[in-house]
Amino acid sequence: MTSAPTQDAPLLAIDAMTRSFGGFVALDNVSIEIRKGERFGLIGPNGSGKTTLINCISGALLPQKGTVRFCGEDITQMPASRRAHRGIARSFQIPRPFRSMTVVENLMVALDFAAKHTGSPAQRQDVAMSILARMGLASKAHVSAAALSQVELRKMELARAVAASPKLLVSDEAMAGLSSAEVDEVLDLLLSLAGEDIAIIMIEHIMQAVMRFSERVMCLDAGRIIAIGAPAEVMANARVQEAYLGT
Amino acid sequence: MRRNDIAFWTGAAVFLLAILLATVLIRNEYPFFAGYVILQFIVLAVAWSILGGAAGYVNFGTNAFFGAGVYTAVFLVQAFGAPLLVQIAVAAAVGSLLGFAVGLLTLRMQGIFFSIATIALAIIIETTVMNWRYVGGAAGIQLQRPPVTAPFDSYVKMLFFVQAVLVVISVAVTRYIQHSWIGRGLQALKDDELAAECTGVPTLRLKMLACVLSGALLSAAGAPAAMYLQYADPSSAFNLNYSVSVLAMALIGGTAHWLGPVLGAILLGSTQQVLAVTISSEVNVLVLGIMLVLFVVGAPKGLIGLLRSFSLRAGARK
Repeated sequence: MTSAPTQDAPLLAIDAMTRSFGGFVALDNVSIEIRKGERFGLIGPNGSGKTTLINCISGALLPQKGTVRFCGEDITQMPASRRAHRGIARSFQIPRPFRSMTVVENLMVALDFAAKHTGSPAQRQDVAMSILARMGLASKAHVSAAALSQVELRKMELARAVAASPKLLVSDEAMAGLSSAEVDEVLDLLLSLAGEDIAIIMIEHIMQAVMRFSERVMCLDAGRIIAIGAPAEVMANARVQEAYLGT
Repeated sequence: MRRNDIAFWTGAAVFLLAILLATVLIRNEYPFFAGYVILQFIVLAVAWSILGGAAGYVNFGTNAFFGAGVYTAVFLVQAFGAPLLVQIAVAAAVGSLLGFAVGLLTLRMQGIFFSIATIALAIIIETTVMNWRYVGGAAGIQLQRPPVTAPFDSYVKMLFFVQAVLVVISVAVTRYIQHSWIGRGLQALKDDELAAECTGVPTLRLKMLACVLSGALLSAAGAPAAMYLQYADPSSAFNLNYSVSVLAMALIGGTAHWLGPVLGAILLGSTQQVLAVTISSEVNVLVLGIMLVLFVVGAPKGLIGLLRSFSLRAGARK
């Protein structure tokens, strides 16, 4: 509730963020800005701090130093649920469905709590069903989330995040373990969401996907930004190749 | 939903009328004396399941809330000669404050740590009461029942009716929670607390709410016990048996639906009453243990789970 958001203000602004676990510094003085509707790729070797960074964005973790601003508002200390109300949604690297519920009920949680959808139960059901149809999960709507396959779980995580009607969607390795046809499918989905002015941070190890998707790519290594810029530039960067792809 | 509501409230009204009628028609006081305990356990099991069932936070401190209710009543009688309804209302307020305090201190802990903290709470309160002379201290205190009000002809019958009203209130609260956004939020956080939080569920606030409501009802159920026994002492008011019995009732009944704890409390509560009369009250605990083991192995979702799988199978056969 500080300064009012201006037209040119970035959607998300992280300034000098540091987070360590005991003696291990997972994020070291990281600063980035994400524009409205931007497609942002986040890469880096395992343990480089990618998940810590998005945990600090979504509120699952709090940073020890630095600030996070969303739409001009300081959200550094805000609990995750309130960030979700503001428009930050995420999927998890290892899917975390609500197992005692059906697929459509999983989406209802997001509609009720994050999007604060005020329509009648029937209207909300319609919204949830249209999101599921878009994700190719319509036939599974009334199946228990515990009975889904890995691919379906990942799609459901994205569907649940979309149901939160976010301004910023963080996708944490939504494509890991998928076949190339399925990767294309999920990628098309993310691209169409980005077309609706939803900024997307995509963490991914599948390089073709990152290259095709991102307007900008950032590479983390040992908690520091080693390169940021256009995808081709970042890929060509010697330090990135050394750290991430191996020489 | 609407039609269900009408059915529920009609059922509740019929239930209360039937009990009122029974207090007038049945002369013998004993059925009410024995039945009171079962009604009390229904309230406790239903109230416990708000936090223990819906949110998955196992509260071992039922006896702390119950005893706090008993001693709130004792204090009010000693200090002001307060009437029964005031005792219950203030006990509910004390229980909700206690729930709030417990929630504030412990709900950031998850799983077993929360449970251990609730046991500690019971010990702390019991020790405090033991050293508080005004309410009788460790020796306990005798209480004189005031004259009974019409239409009841005995105080026990009146307490029986009052406890039946508490049953209706606690079931109505639990039922409302299960059908509302609160229930969906609690279910989500029970499944996965982090995912729920990141999907916009204010997990801490919902857990606090569940803890406050559960605490208020647990203490309210305890308040009439002082007048029921005309006596209170710390080691029975804060007896760990309340925690164990109530937990067993809720789990044996099943927590997926409000009817589960009700069925569990009726089944176990009446078995306990029969055993206490025919054999001894010590056998209670043994039977409780055996039943709990049988249900955990044979029907982990309790009576409600059994009923549901039967009705599913019956449905499939058609």
